[in-house]
Amino acid sequence: MAAKVWHVLRQLPWYGLMLVAVFAIGLPLFWVATGSLKTTREIYTFPPVWLPQHPRWDNFSAAWHAAPFGRFYLNSIIVTLADTAAKLFFALTTAYALVFLNIRGRNLVFLFVLAALFVPVQVTLLPNYLTVGRLGWINTYFGLIVPMMPVAFGTFLFRQHFRTLSREVLDAAVIDGCGHWRLLWDVVLPMSRPVAVTVGLLALVGRWNDFLWPLVVTNTVEMRTLPVGITYLYQVEGVQNWGPIFAGALFVMVPVLLLYIVAQRWIVSGITSGAVKG
Amino acid sequence: MARDVAQPAVASGFHWRAVLTWMQQKLGDWPLFVLFAGPNLVLLALFTYWPLLYNAYLSLTSWDLIAPVKPFVGLANYRQLALSAEFHTVLLNTAVFALGTVGGTTILGLALALLLNLRLRGRTLARAILFAPVLLSGAAISVFWINMLDPRYGLVSLPLRWLGLPAPDWLNSPHWAMVAVILVYIWQNTGFSMVLYLAGLQNIPNELYEAARIDGAGAVASFRHVTLPQLGPTTLFVLVVSVINSFQAFDLIKVLTDGGPVNATTTLLFYIYQQGFVAFNAGRAAAASIVLFVLLLGLSLLQLRLGERRVHYGS
Repeated sequence: MAAKVWHVLRQLPWYGLMLVAVFAIGLPLFWVATGSLKTTREIYTFPPVWLPQHPRWDNFSAAWHAAPFGRFYLNSIIVTLADTAAKLFFALTTAYALVFLNIRGRNLVFLFVLAALFVPVQVTLLPNYLTVGRLGWINTYFGLIVPMMPVAFGTFLFRQHFRTLSREVLDAAVIDGCGHWRLLWDVVLPMSRPVAVTVGLLALVGRWNDFLWPLVVTNTVEMRTLPVGITYLYQVEGVQNWGPIFAGALFVMVPVLLLYIVAQRWIVSGITSGAVKG
Repeated sequence: MARDVAQPAVASGFHWRAVLTWMQQKLGDWPLFVLFAGPNLVLLALFTYWPLLYNAYLSLTSWDLIAPVKPFVGLANYRQLALSAEFHTVLLNTAVFALGTVGGTTILGLALALLLNLRLRGRTLARAILFAPVLLSGAAISVFWINMLDPRYGLVSLPLRWLGLPAPDWLNSPHWAMVAVILVYIWQNTGFSMVLYLAGLQNIPNELYEAARIDGAGAVASFRHVTLPQLGPTTLFVLVVSVINSFQAFDLIKVLTDGGPVNATTTLLFYIYQQGFVAFNAGRAAAASIVLFVLLLGLSLLQLRLGERRVHYGS
């Protein structure tokens, strides 16, 4: 008994540090969450008010009306889903072609895909803007979606995985008369779910939060996505009206946080495996 | 738009199957390969490789994004960058930002990983909370951090106010703006380094600790002689990835300070954006893009070698 008490006591400092860390990272999130329910007066006081006296749910409708958040949501959802679907599809089909189709020079093609990892999107910003302009796609969904569709890293992940798949299973499927198209969707994809989830989640979170490309390729409020939209709300409301601005920030963050709660393990491993990417 | 031109219906007596078999024999998997991989390869060429070439070309011109001609100026843009005091400031800012953010996230990430690798109750929840900001929109967190950094009512200034000290006007002070942006970046990204370090810690074989214990090593000694050296490859990897990420930071700088005050937080990527989309100086933006590309390419190649080493280490 005494030993156990001693053990717990010895660990107390570690628990203390853990609390400090959670506090430091969590406090800003607590501040924005509670702030979204405060009045301006409660936000602009010293000493600070930690919890609103009467939760002011009006802040959310105020934010929703001050900026076209309906449109922002629609745009973000369209762009995110379209790019995620396209990236998954292209990564799957490209990797399949690179592993299971017999052509000469496929290693050269793989090199072409791999080398694209060394060209970060930030470097392609201005030329892609000009290309999109020439295509007449400025301020359109095409302009938002298409330039972000090519996928090098996802192709790489799928290829690595496909090469580990058992050839016997695949050969058996071929003998059963499966064409390549059916083989891909009915046999190979079900054996590659974890990779598909990784590629999908990386694209989902990345596209949802993307700020730079939507900022330059759209130029009217109606075409903005959520991350650009929240900065618009901030400009409209100025520094006076913080309640609705906090509410607007939550509009952007809550969908990702919900996804995180549902798929935490997948997201953490997916995002960190993305670290391999340049 | 020739998209809707009707295709002639299959002529009767035309043997599709025979044609397909013939093609299969003649061309092998090629048609299928083009069908499967073609679209992605075309998109990569158009939106990844072409921009790189186009950037290289634009960097040799002087162009305002509107004029019909792009006068060729040779290496003038690069020479101007090399000589401009403004660009020196930009490079210095980029280095300071990288140093501050990489140092902060790596040291804190390591400390948190060591802490949360201990068998503590609630560590899973703690890890989840510490990682959460990594997933959030940089624009959204910047907006509420503007409030947190308010010199009078912001939470960051609160400790100073309790002590009766004046808090700096973080985002509007040329001295403190960079510190503030680095602080927010560290807040957002420490969880990322932490997770990489946690993976590194779990890869250390238990036998090493047992051997150390048999040799009479205490907790401190086994930390110094087992944990730290074993984390070497992970640390190198974390450092390189973090530098790459810091070079790609944009949202925070755009929303928190817009590069200011007076260029105090203008990093290389932000400079490219400013030159290209605010000052309409395509040549200079392109030249700066090439500089950024070369820097990132070097780091990525380094990372690739380290990544390989790390993988071999683990297996």
